[in-house]
Amino acid sequence: MKRFALIALPYGWLVALFLVPFLIVLKISLSDTALAIPPYVPTLDLAEGWAGVRAFFAELDFENFAFLTTDDLYWKAYLSSLKIAVASTLMALIVGYPIAYGMSRAADAWRPTLLMLVILPFWTSFLIRVYAWKAILAQEGFLNQLLMGLGVISEPLTILNTNTAVYIGIVYTYLPFMVLPLFAALDRLDESLLEAAEDLGCTRMKAFWLITLPLSKQGIIAGSFLVFIPVMGEFVIPTLLGGSDTLMIGKVLWEEFFSNRDWPVASAVAIILLAILIIPIVLFIKNEEKEWEGET
Amino acid sequence: MADAPRKPRPNPNETDFVPWEDPDAVPLIRFESVTKRFGDFTAIDDLSLDIFEKEFFALLGPSGCGKTTMMRMLAGFEAATEGRITLGGQDMGGIAPNERPVNMMFQSYALFPHLSVWDNIAFGLKRDRMPKDKIEDRVNEMLRLTRLEQFARRKPHQISGGQRQRVALARSLAKAPKLLLLDEPLGALDRKLREETQFELMDIQETTGTTFVIVTHDQEEAMTVASRIAVMDHGKVIQVDTPARVYEQPTSVYVADFIGDVNLIEGTYTRPDPDHAEIAYAEREPPLSVEPVEGVSIGTRVTYAIRPEKIMVTRDRSEDQRNWAFGKIIDIGYLGNVSTYHVELANGQMVKAAMTNSSRIARREFTWDDEVWLSWRETAGVVLTA
Repeated sequence: MKRFALIALPYGWLVALFLVPFLIVLKISLSDTALAIPPYVPTLDLAEGWAGVRAFFAELDFENFAFLTTDDLYWKAYLSSLKIAVASTLMALIVGYPIAYGMSRAADAWRPTLLMLVILPFWTSFLIRVYAWKAILAQEGFLNQLLMGLGVISEPLTILNTNTAVYIGIVYTYLPFMVLPLFAALDRLDESLLEAAEDLGCTRMKAFWLITLPLSKQGIIAGSFLVFIPVMGEFVIPTLLGGSDTLMIGKVLWEEFFSNRDWPVASAVAIILLAILIIPIVLFIKNEEKEWEGET
Repeated sequence: MADAPRKPRPNPNETDFVPWEDPDAVPLIRFESVTKRFGDFTAIDDLSLDIFEKEFFALLGPSGCGKTTMMRMLAGFEAATEGRITLGGQDMGGIAPNERPVNMMFQSYALFPHLSVWDNIAFGLKRDRMPKDKIEDRVNEMLRLTRLEQFARRKPHQISGGQRQRVALARSLAKAPKLLLLDEPLGALDRKLREETQFELMDIQETTGTTFVIVTHDQEEAMTVASRIAVMDHGKVIQVDTPARVYEQPTSVYVADFIGDVNLIEGTYTRPDPDHAEIAYAEREPPLSVEPVEGVSIGTRVTYAIRPEKIMVTRDRSEDQRNWAFGKIIDIGYLGNVSTYHVELANGQMVKAAMTNSSRIARREFTWDDEVWLSWRETAGVVLTA
């Protein structure tokens, strides 16, 4: 009984806060929009008994999903999100790997400080940090003032409200998610493996490619998924830093919900996004499992 | 009675392998007044040492004595602060680890976890851009040598500790280095496996004819495998000799005490006549009769070192030995093959004597508080001044 209670608690949590909301969203995606509260039909009327349930299910259909294929906005938004997510994951990896490598090779006394510096931004609100980038990247922002002050440029650069600003914002925000798993993987790397590689005839550079990189593979995979998955549905950064031409599915979703008040279509968009993300999420979990096995 | 724990290998072909006694022999490795400092700490202190080709040379000492630093300097991971190291006549200063004809077997084995046993062994060969079929042949040869054929496709975490140890050995031997360095190679193995592996190592060293330098803190291991042992302490080499000489003829109290079990008795050296010397160590005890030592003047304070197994324990005084003492058994350590008796002499000096338990059932001859006679030969002990 005690055992059951122990297991029931996390399962109850998952069912109540993940499965039930998902089923609600799924149900809404199969409904039709209506000028009502809530803004969709049908709603389940249990007062009518079994007939009510049957009528409820009879009215559900895949109309909204069919609709998504008729307007090219949606698949373009998905594709654009995918492109931005892949590109920014790669950028975060390129920026994050040297940081993580440097941290793992730093003197023991420095390591907690460096780790702290990576985590420190989390102590400030995410929104405030993104707004700070607005101030930096704006036409009269700090970056342009600095560059013009130094005489590097004579005309201010237009960065804010472009895709460049979105990439900067995303890489900046998600960098710790890349650095931390990379650091964990690199920190575990036994220094004597590199010495052994050198001893057997590798140059330092070659030893990096043959030993360090393959042995940090788990960290690269984990970090990439931790960046890719949330960036795919990112909404705040493209809204605040992107321009009118920045197309991301998170933004479309928001507009469907709050501008068009078309909950069923918005839910369908969300369900498709989830379906797209299921593959990397499953791969990510597989990778984590493999890592656990590797340690035993 | 066991005179020494174990003699170096009785190999008929190599009974005459004593290049260190040949003044014309050219050593493979020379340490020429090498000093290594890490900040304020002196790890190696003005050390000179010659190691000859085909030797199985052991660096033995407590942790922190500098033996690992010496090995890492040979591998090229550390540079000497002063002095120079030559290998085959070539100064090794400034030569990177990957350019030295030296391979190392790491204490942790340092096997590449993402590569199979086969690829681990082939790793060094591939770096040399050896043709594929040659690599294939060489790896298979190494697998045969270390009896690992059926594990070639496994990853390091899928094999046992003993097998991993052999992979590490095969990998470091694959490139046929002039010199193989072994850093505490058997430390991670359990006792039984360790003993087997020691003999395996000796066989492999003989088969390949490679010069081996082994670092160990386990004196038994050094005695078993090595042709010569350098006993180190605080960055200095205290004595370099064959295992038998290090054990039987230590030149210092430190070496006598570090290798094996020993009784150390302090006394005053006297020489009643030219053929005979004595050490007076207590007022009411007869002086110890020893062989005269050249260069020790009369009246010098010396330390007399005698191994427990050289001392006989008897109930009655034996007349045929020159040295004897009378005392009471305080403690008995039963080790199976031998029993060690801790005997207290009248002056309070404790003496350890080891007797072989040659018969199985016989009632133990001596017990606690028994009064016994200890006796030993004139040549059984060593007089030490250092």
